[in-house]
Amino acid sequence: MQDLGSPAAGADRTFEDLLTAVGRDRDRAAFAALFGHFAPRLKAYLRRQGCDAGGAEELVQDVMLLVWRRAETYDPTQASAATWVFTIARNRRIDALRREQRPEIDPADPTLVPDPMESADDGVAARETAGRLRAALKTLPPEQADLLRLAYFEDKPHSLISAEQGIPLGTVKSRLRLAMERLRKAMRDSR
Amino acid sequence: MTVPTHHPGDTLLIDYAGGALGEAASLIVATHLALCPCCRLNVAEMEAVGGALLESIEPEEVDPACLETVLARLDDLPPLPRIPRPKLVCQPAEVPLLPEPLRRYVGSDLSRLPWKRLMRGMDCYDIPLGSGSGDDSSRRGKARLMRLASGVGPPHHTHRGIELTLVLDGGFTDDLGQFARGDLSVADDSVRHRPVADEEGCLCLAVTDAPLHFTGALGLILNPFVKF
Repeated sequence: MQDLGSPAAGADRTFEDLLTAVGRDRDRAAFAALFGHFAPRLKAYLRRQGCDAGGAEELVQDVMLLVWRRAETYDPTQASAATWVFTIARNRRIDALRREQRPEIDPADPTLVPDPMESADDGVAARETAGRLRAALKTLPPEQADLLRLAYFEDKPHSLISAEQGIPLGTVKSRLRLAMERLRKAMRDSR
Repeated sequence: MTVPTHHPGDTLLIDYAGGALGEAASLIVATHLALCPCCRLNVAEMEAVGGALLESIEPEEVDPACLETVLARLDDLPPLPRIPRPKLVCQPAEVPLLPEPLRRYVGSDLSRLPWKRLMRGMDCYDIPLGSGSGDDSSRRGKARLMRLASGVGPPHHTHRGIELTLVLDGGFTDDLGQFARGDLSVADDSVRHRPVADEEGCLCLAVTDAPLHFTGALGLILNPFVKF
């Protein structure tokens, strides 16, 4: 067995660097470091989606294998490593737990209406934006942060959250909107 | 090219970005995204919020054997093929009317669909969703294409749950304004609206969600009243 499992292998590299190394060089040590960081978080995420411990670990393995196979398509200017892993985990659990398709746009579709301002911030590492975003998350009022976690982690649309939590729909909407406004401002506040 | 003026709004986009919407609602939101660069940016940012939340979640210990299992399987799995990037130099001769992901569901030749007549000037096609194997198929919702002739509108109705309508061609007008290609109308049970197709007629995608509103604790109280 080679020495692959040490998280220290990637201690001086960002997760974005590690993911890029996996995509470019099939770097197994980088992959192991990513696993060490993301697998426990993915397990927690999948548990909150209703998986039991065993099922969650199986799905974690699936997601990490997809990370390995798709790493070549990862673009650090478009998304942080965590965001990219999140979208893979989200789609995988919709497929596995709900057995549904996840309809998404096709960026190559000729019918797609192009962005007239085509990302002016090309080249700005998404990692920097992610740092500001994480800081802003910590400043959200608890009632907004709690709803945001429910919306992302519990596989429930906001209408159902409203019914289950006994919070009026209008309140749920305005809290989510206020939270998003603040986070958006933090993300766009780079220049 | 014009961009839409009626949008899903933050909460629906958050539901989409977080993956909480059923297939039908996801289909209509994603089809709107294809026509609306501004909502695409919003969703990308909402996915970044998902990433930040994943970072901040309390981690749960994973059995160390998991990593070994995964490492042992890496070599069995070739990288997935890259999706070829289109060359932007030459535009294809014909740009299909319907964007993806809708086109994948209904094809690009609308005349071949088995349209069903609902009333004079109003035809529909119910879009098959999913494989039908889901244990929770009720939450998928329903999606249909609607074709309205000039001046035609569905009979006066309110909505149980939520109804989303995306204009694909032509347009319609209701109490909330004028809706053209790419515009998405969100109507819930608080809205009594009366859409009427504009002069050029209207082709739209309409989606109703499963009556999720009424399944929670509150639903037990509400249900007897909304059954009629």
